[in-house]
Amino acid sequence: MNDFALVSKNLWRKPVRTILLIISITIAFLILSLMLSFNSSLSNVNTLPTRMVTLSKINFTESLPIAHYDRIARTEGVRAATHMNWFGGYYQDPARGFLPVFAVDPETYFQVYAEDLGIPAAERDAFFRERTAMLVAAPVAERWGWRVGQRIPINSNIFTNGTTGSSTWEFTLVGTIPTPPGSSQSGSVLIHYDYFNETITFGRDRIGWVPFLTTSAEMNDSVANAIDQRFANSQDETSTQDEATFNESFAAQLGNIGLVITLVVSAAFIAILLIVGTTMALAVRERTREVGVMKTLGFSSGRVLRMVLAESLLLSFLGAAVGLGLAALILTVLASSGGGGGPAISFAPIVIAWAALIALALGLVTGLPPALQAYRMRIVDAFARR
Amino acid sequence: MTDLIRLSDVEKSYVRGKEKIVIFDKLTMRIEAGDFVAIMGPSGSGKTTLLNLLGGTDRPDKGAIEFDDKHIEKLSEGQLTAWRSVNVGFIFQFYNLMPILTAAQNVELPLLLTKLSPKKRRENVATALQIVGLEDRAKHRPREMSGGQQQRVAIARAIVSDPKLLLCDEPTGDLDRTTADEILSTLQTLNRELGKTIIMVTHDAEAAKFAKRVLHLDKGRFDERELAA
Repeated sequence: MNDFALVSKNLWRKPVRTILLIISITIAFLILSLMLSFNSSLSNVNTLPTRMVTLSKINFTESLPIAHYDRIARTEGVRAATHMNWFGGYYQDPARGFLPVFAVDPETYFQVYAEDLGIPAAERDAFFRERTAMLVAAPVAERWGWRVGQRIPINSNIFTNGTTGSSTWEFTLVGTIPTPPGSSQSGSVLIHYDYFNETITFGRDRIGWVPFLTTSAEMNDSVANAIDQRFANSQDETSTQDEATFNESFAAQLGNIGLVITLVVSAAFIAILLIVGTTMALAVRERTREVGVMKTLGFSSGRVLRMVLAESLLLSFLGAAVGLGLAALILTVLASSGGGGGPAISFAPIVIAWAALIALALGLVTGLPPALQAYRMRIVDAFARR
Repeated sequence: MTDLIRLSDVEKSYVRGKEKIVIFDKLTMRIEAGDFVAIMGPSGSGKTTLLNLLGGTDRPDKGAIEFDDKHIEKLSEGQLTAWRSVNVGFIFQFYNLMPILTAAQNVELPLLLTKLSPKKRRENVATALQIVGLEDRAKHRPREMSGGQQQRVAIARAIVSDPKLLLCDEPTGDLDRTTADEILSTLQTLNRELGKTIIMVTHDAEAAKFAKRVLHLDKGRFDERELAA
């Protein structure tokens, strides 16, 4: 036997209580891990320093007239420009997840996103040629079991197809986009803007946003100012930003991710803090006599303090480890099923570092009060207490 | 015989509310090495306080406590803890075993404070359990043992680190007569054969008969004739 064995035996003195505590801590760390991984995946999307985006000054969902695109493309310092629309897609059943379908201008899109589209020339040319063609990120095709050449009905939960009167469009899958980690194309589904624009019943000749490349990163600010000033005081004012900022604001459409993470995780951890702190204090109080016996036998107050702290830390790290393990498992399962769309969420190594730090803090904060109580406990008082 | 313990003009009082309760006022006594002393007296006479002072779990307000010519009242908290682990074994009325540990693990507890190897620790534990006749109960937890057996484990724990002094606070107070006599016989054996100095606080006159001498304590004072004997 050694001190660690004694700490471990004390921890498992009441197994049901310990298991319930571990479950509580596990849930908190599961939430933390999933949210941090989600946030990390969103912020780790590859960006180009010369790639910028112009969108409506009001917000991301407000469209712009297509004429804006031509003017932006002709702005001094713009090397290449394209435009995109949000289609709002799903396949068969919206409950099974949304598809991030973008209506794009194929040729210019391939100029602006050349680095992220490592697809064979034959598939690229097929996409250019065929107005009903569709390109999808490889994990999306894999998830739904789509094969190249297949006709795929995609529904929109925003637009109506004027030719059929339904919300369904049929596309031919002509190729898949490989999506290495961090690819900006993770989860993407690309369709032709022209086909989309001609068939929708409202919002025709409007575009969602304009991604473009500048001739150099040093030009970014001046180009952004020139574009935004050009449309100032018009009906459709613009906001031009670099790609990283745009990605963040895109993610912010789902809510202020950082704030949500902070609030949810804080609420979870405050609750856990109170539960674990109270239980640890109670557990040590139950052992008042035993603490007295240990001190009588010659265990120093410092050693008793360390043992109580170690028990609390062990509990915290056990819960954290199980929570991290579950999060890794869930993210692996999600990744293997292709996800519903959007950036691929993977278990970020930074999550382990954060979880370790938080587990340490949780263990110390919940363990310190009872440890100090045990440290200060006088032997005569320990035996006098009933 | 040489003195193992000497108390000189020891004063000890407690404050309860606004009242100061004097337990000892210039208490002086000595106990020889190898003695087996039973201390009897009414509740509140200071028996347990005396054990606490002798065992270094409490400190006198004034006066000196010498153990083997060493002034323990001058030791720091850490030094006193270390001194206690080497020199004193404690036996309590309610055994005070760790319920989560087996008999062997309970006995091993004081040895965690030593630098003995795990093998040597196991050997010492086996010897201590053998002395109290519980070698076949090594893997049993306290709740799986009778009161007498638990007290034997507590005795094994008290002697495993081979201390010179055993302090027993009502060691048979929770046991029936037959079991109590067995425990007292064990203490007698430890005193006679292993030379342990034993100070036992008890209310039980029958238990006191197992000691070499009996001291009566009342209102913080011993009977002078008994002390001189």
